[in-house]
Amino acid sequence: MPAGQVRLENIGKRYGDIWAVRHVDLEIAQGEFYTLLGPSGCGKTTLLRTIAGFISPDEGAVFLDGHSVNHMPPWKRNLGMVFQNYALWPHMTVFDNVAFGLKERKVPRRDVEPRVMEVLEQVGLKGTERRRPSQLSGGQQQRVALARTLVIQPRVLLLDEPLSNLDAKLRQEMRIELVKLQRDIGLTTIYVTHDQEEALTLSTRIAVMNLGKVIQEGKPRDIYESPRDRFVAAFVGKSNLFSGTIIRSLDGLLEIHTDEGFQIKASPPPGYKHPADSRKVLLYVRPEAIDLVESADQPPKVNRITGRVAASAYQGSLVEYEIESAGRIIRVNETNPKGKPLFQRGDETTVTFAAEDVGIVSE
Amino acid sequence: MAKSEATPVFASGIRLDWRQAGILLTLLGLLTFFILVPIARVLWVSLSDGEAGLTLVHFANFFRRPLFRESLWNSIVAGFLVVFFGSLIAIPLAYLSVRYDFKGKILVNTLATLPLVIPPFVGAVALQLILGRSGTVNLLLMRWFDMSIPFMEGLTGVVLVQTLHFFPFIMLNTAVSLSNIDPSLEEMAQNMGCHGLRLFRRVTLPLMLPGFIAGCLLTFIRAVDDLGTPLMLNYKNLLAPQAYLRITTIGIDDVDGYVICVILVVISLGSLLVARKYLSLSEYATLHQGAAVARPVAGMKRLAILLFCGVVLSVSLLPHIGIVILSFTKVWSFSLLPTAYTLDNFTEILFRAPHFVKNTLLYTVLAAALDVFLGAIIAFLLIRSRVWGTNALDAVATLPIAIPGVVLAVGYLRVFHGWDFPGLGAPLTSTWIILVVAYTVRRLPYTVRASYAALQQVHISLEESAQNLGANRLRTFVRVTLPLISGGLVAGGLIAFMTNCVELSSTIMLVPRIESGPISYGIYIYMQSPLGRAAGAALGVVAIVMVSLGTYLTYRVFGGRTGSAFRV
Repeated sequence: MPAGQVRLENIGKRYGDIWAVRHVDLEIAQGEFYTLLGPSGCGKTTLLRTIAGFISPDEGAVFLDGHSVNHMPPWKRNLGMVFQNYALWPHMTVFDNVAFGLKERKVPRRDVEPRVMEVLEQVGLKGTERRRPSQLSGGQQQRVALARTLVIQPRVLLLDEPLSNLDAKLRQEMRIELVKLQRDIGLTTIYVTHDQEEALTLSTRIAVMNLGKVIQEGKPRDIYESPRDRFVAAFVGKSNLFSGTIIRSLDGLLEIHTDEGFQIKASPPPGYKHPADSRKVLLYVRPEAIDLVESADQPPKVNRITGRVAASAYQGSLVEYEIESAGRIIRVNETNPKGKPLFQRGDETTVTFAAEDVGIVSE
Repeated sequence: MAKSEATPVFASGIRLDWRQAGILLTLLGLLTFFILVPIARVLWVSLSDGEAGLTLVHFANFFRRPLFRESLWNSIVAGFLVVFFGSLIAIPLAYLSVRYDFKGKILVNTLATLPLVIPPFVGAVALQLILGRSGTVNLLLMRWFDMSIPFMEGLTGVVLVQTLHFFPFIMLNTAVSLSNIDPSLEEMAQNMGCHGLRLFRRVTLPLMLPGFIAGCLLTFIRAVDDLGTPLMLNYKNLLAPQAYLRITTIGIDDVDGYVICVILVVISLGSLLVARKYLSLSEYATLHQGAAVARPVAGMKRLAILLFCGVVLSVSLLPHIGIVILSFTKVWSFSLLPTAYTLDNFTEILFRAPHFVKNTLLYTVLAAALDVFLGAIIAFLLIRSRVWGTNALDAVATLPIAIPGVVLAVGYLRVFHGWDFPGLGAPLTSTWIILVVAYTVRRLPYTVRASYAALQQVHISLEESAQNLGANRLRTFVRVTLPLISGGLVAGGLIAFMTNCVELSSTIMLVPRIESGPISYGIYIYMQSPLGRAAGAALGVVAIVMVSLGTYLTYRVFGGRTGSAFRV
């Protein structure tokens, strides 16, 4: 198995006056499942195509296994890419599609067939080799695209939103299969998606991108539990964001007066230092960290806000509420709702959450 | 043809763009030399005062001559009449073939192809035998009613022959537009209470206008450009024959010939520009690919449809019947039908003078191959490259659509005559190569268009994944791109082949020697003498067979979308 270490150094790509990506530095270790996560237009696909060699950067360099590949054409890089639309060649059979890369590599004829059949078996497509791509279902086409890149034993696997064309159930299945396959082979994988749930489940590390820049890089848990700024807090998972002013600091708790007039106590992470020149602060609370109680008398947690139910959606494993208070909406997810009271639209209620569940991010 | 705005970002490196730029420049140079320079030369001669200055005096002279004024008027009137009568036949046929399903529908579809397989000047000769002054019909009329109808006299004859030959262009284009109309657009109108003729006028007609206009434009340009028909019918008061006569009888230095050429180009380009306005609308008819559903028809309605088709079909078939009969004829003069039959005519053209057929195959196959080659490269550059200047390439490669064959030929004679071509040791115009050049140039727009359409269907990621798997640019083109666009390439090549088989308007001026002439020239030469007419007809039959074969194969490749191949 070839090594598969990728390093991006100060990558920048410009279209006209617009920088699609700029000042991107990334280092992806061998065997990682690394995800570029961001909304459409954030530059994640540009970055992936730069690594593949379809785009040459205007600034910076791409390094594969320590060597700069800026001047290496795509066909010499030995990176396997799976396109969003699969890009299966309609004029070739499944077998010929998969054998394509082997023939380009002048693999001896007698070795081609066993290798193709082996990889087709690996992705569960044995028996379809004589068919045309158009005779396969979406999920099968996806597997052919994957098999076609795996068979050449690429240094790195590049996946451009490969699951976005599949229906929800199939997407779940393929997600699990993909992780198993990747961990089995130990292949360095770079995955592009806008789906934060997908990113969190699949990745060993995630780079969250916005407006052509990497905003935050880290393990899924770090990204979700300690978002660096407003964008990451809002894009990865859902968040209730409050901006406010620090009133005082007491017993390791910060007391904050939000712009809407709520009093919120937050416990900053160890080592937290607020900038000296400003008392303004941005808070976030995850919906699942909030509980709803009927009466405001004895709230179980330190923060409480009274409000009225504006909407509720029962989903079995959880209930999603939108609570209106002081002119804004607070999202609440009640998990495992069995046995708890169900609130109706218009009910008076109190939301409550712990100081430890209040995060502080920079603007 | 607009360059696709959604051109995906294409790959790496300055080095490669230089290579593409090199190819682009080479192509631009080549096309400039063989398209723009001859045209510019014609324009220059018509505007030059003999020294270094410019003058409009030649144009003033043109409009002072009654003969020229009449020719200009006749050409435009004939063009419009052909479009008008052609539309009368074509629109009902197109509507019937797209919207109705009935037994005998194959008749309608046959109608669209029959006239295409017979060159108009061949049809002209055959029609004269049947409808001419001493043709079968008039002989019968004289015998029964002691009267005759001058079907084939003067402008009437030209318009009749051209209408019968060109109406399929209108029909095919209109049918394509019609079948692209999303049924929901009409259903919506019906839902609002609009139906019948009113529905046709308010919704269907405007939506099919782009295809209809495209067909009309093509017909108009072809009709004005057509040199063979008036020459065969011996009616010379039209622009194309006038240009031909000035250059061939008075000489290559006669300025009037050039002035006429410029006016021909102005007419073609002018009509192209006017039509462009409507063609750009073609987008909205095809927003959704909902196929229109054909309604089944039976009973009286079906009978009426079949009657209409039958009449049109039998008239359209007259030239074919006439030419086939004539080709087996020993003598056919002042009689209803030939008096004696023979196979001599085919012996003559296949064994005694086989070079006409051989030359045609050589020239047209060469030209078609060149066209496919150039068309594929040009289309590739237009769609896939981001090199500056592709718009210019597009414009120059499309220009020949609006350049009459006579004009191109005059330009070539002027530019290449008496100038030893490098590496040839003789002027280009003294060898048969000039015919291949002219054929290639004239049909290039078709192959560019066909390849362009095919390549647009190929998503860029199909090529990128090949490169990702280790195929370099050339290998990618050969293994992925080429197989995927081969259908379009073959179709474009076939159209180039079959239209060149019967090309006469530039051939007639550029053939250096009789032995180097192709079929169309052979037919023209044979037809000059009453004794050679039957042999000419035999050549005509060969031409029909070749073109039929081409048409059939085009249908096989293009399927139901044949109409799109003939679009402007």
